[in-house]
Amino acid sequence: MKDQLILGIETSCDETAVAIIKNGREITANVVASQIESHKRFGGVVPEIASRHHVEQMTIVLEEALSQGHVTMADIDAIAVTEGPGLVGALLIGVNAAKALAFANQKPLVPVHHIAGHIYANRLVTEFKFPLLALVVSGGHTELVYMKEHGHFEVIGETRDDAAGEAYDKVARTLNMPYPGGPHIDRMAHEGTPTIDLPRAWLEEGSYDFSFSGLKSAVINTVHNAEQRGETIAPEDLAASFQASVVDVLVTKAKRAVEQYGVKQLLVAGGVAANKGLREALQQTFSQQSDVELVIPPLSLCTDNAAMIAAAGSVMFEKGIRAEMTLNANPGLDIEIFN
Amino acid sequence: MTILAIDTSNNPLGVALLEEDRVLGEYITNLKKNHSIRIMPAIETLMKECERVPADLTKIVTAKGPGSYTGVRIGVTIAKTLAWTLNIPLVGVSSLEVLAAGTGRYFDGYVSPLFDARRGQIYTGLYQFQNGKLTVVEPDQLVLAVDWAEKLSKTKQRILFVGTDLPLHRSVLQEKLGTQAVFAGMTEQNPRPAELGLLGMDKPGEDIHTFVPNYIRLAEAEAKWLEKQGKIIKG
Ligand SMILES: [Zn+2]
Repeated sequence: MKDQLILGIETSCDETAVAIIKNGREITANVVASQIESHKRFGGVVPEIASRHHVEQMTIVLEEALSQGHVTMADIDAIAVTEGPGLVGALLIGVNAAKALAFANQKPLVPVHHIAGHIYANRLVTEFKFPLLALVVSGGHTELVYMKEHGHFEVIGETRDDAAGEAYDKVARTLNMPYPGGPHIDRMAHEGTPTIDLPRAWLEEGSYDFSFSGLKSAVINTVHNAEQRGETIAPEDLAASFQASVVDVLVTKAKRAVEQYGVKQLLVAGGVAANKGLREALQQTFSQQSDVELVIPPLSLCTDNAAMIAAAGSVMFEKGIRAEMTLNANPGLDIEIFN
Repeated sequence: MTILAIDTSNNPLGVALLEEDRVLGEYITNLKKNHSIRIMPAIETLMKECERVPADLTKIVTAKGPGSYTGVRIGVTIAKTLAWTLNIPLVGVSSLEVLAAGTGRYFDGYVSPLFDARRGQIYTGLYQFQNGKLTVVEPDQLVLAVDWAEKLSKTKQRILFVGTDLPLHRSVLQEKLGTQAVFAGMTEQNPRPAELGLLGMDKPGEDIHTFVPNYIRLAEAEAKWLEKQGKIIKG
């Protein structure tokens, strides 16, 4: 049988990325142009600047991906692109480049949900075993997604306010850490001990939803109260306490969902999956449970990339999902519409 | 030679197909509707009507701004991607130059094409046809309409204003310039994509990878950041 080659494009935030994936699982090319250095000076991603950088990078990254994969557009079976969610102006660059590419080369166009992409990054590591559960933790998302089969997503829990990554960035700002704050907090947490009692939002009995805004406020209050009393708190201990609370909630809810849904795999996805504290806690919790396989992709596949979009696109392509030339960026795209 | 011209830089959306000495077809709308949804279907429809396929194209010409940041990026991204993947030249033309070319050809004087830029400001430039060729008298810029009119009044030349945003600034211009000011008629205010294609026909190709829109303005965050750096250096 002929190999299937999918070219994926991802521009939902501050990475311009193009990748080519063979048969849904094998990385043929994976190119990411990060804008993080440009956004650092603003303390966060500035949408207008992200959009401008995407225009500057798009064809360069496309060309690099083709040359890295030693393929031409003629070898490509379909073009997969992130339709949403994300920054609308940023998404628009990828979507319009993908449409132009599909039109010029007369190739099918496959729309992909960004979170489906994050989940499918795991398929570049190991084959999926259904039913499975995915814990998605990133700057914009904190979700538990149940999958009974390929290309079918059921969100069983999601954040009601801040995403975990967002809480990390805000706490990092409170502790005067530079952007992006997540890795700094993770590093500091390993140097401190969780001595400060911070809240854990369990929400209603049985809920798989998350809430991190209360925790974030508690951290800010702890710092302010200490300042007013003229006391000093070791930032490492605060970071460790904050991380302990986040990880406790994520791992406990994931464990309960894994048991209730009787899944064969727990996939971890999203930028926060790079977090050492989270990885260690998950490994500890699930190492005894030999009937559930814990999968955590390598760092480069946790953060935004196009290999994950092409991997998800491969499955969507086989499912027959296609986009017309009217495809638009959809910043609030719902993952369940693809079911 | 088959040229595809694309303009999504402002409310008017335009696509044209040109061959040697003939405009095969043009598509123009002047609507406040999403260019991202409509531009590729417009290109697809026009090419189909004209019985041309992407492989027939030999050059892409796009309006590079000024205009709506998002709008101009849509056209430029499509133009860059098409030119790159079809391995054909890409030419960028000022969105204002396109407007000037449309109506200015038979006008004896200066042409000032304009787009509204909010808060009394306009994107404009000053152009003139000399021996059948459009030349730039004043480069594209962002300026208060009232200041622009003041400046133009000193030229003592007759000035043709053109653009779909004319109604927003007409009274200010009229007041300062009186009979010096001439206004294009309603049917001549849309930028013509065929003019865009013609303007790009003989211009040399850009470096496709590094080609970017002409935003005229820095992104707001960037401008503020630079200002802050300046203050720190001065202080
Ligand atoms: Zn992401």
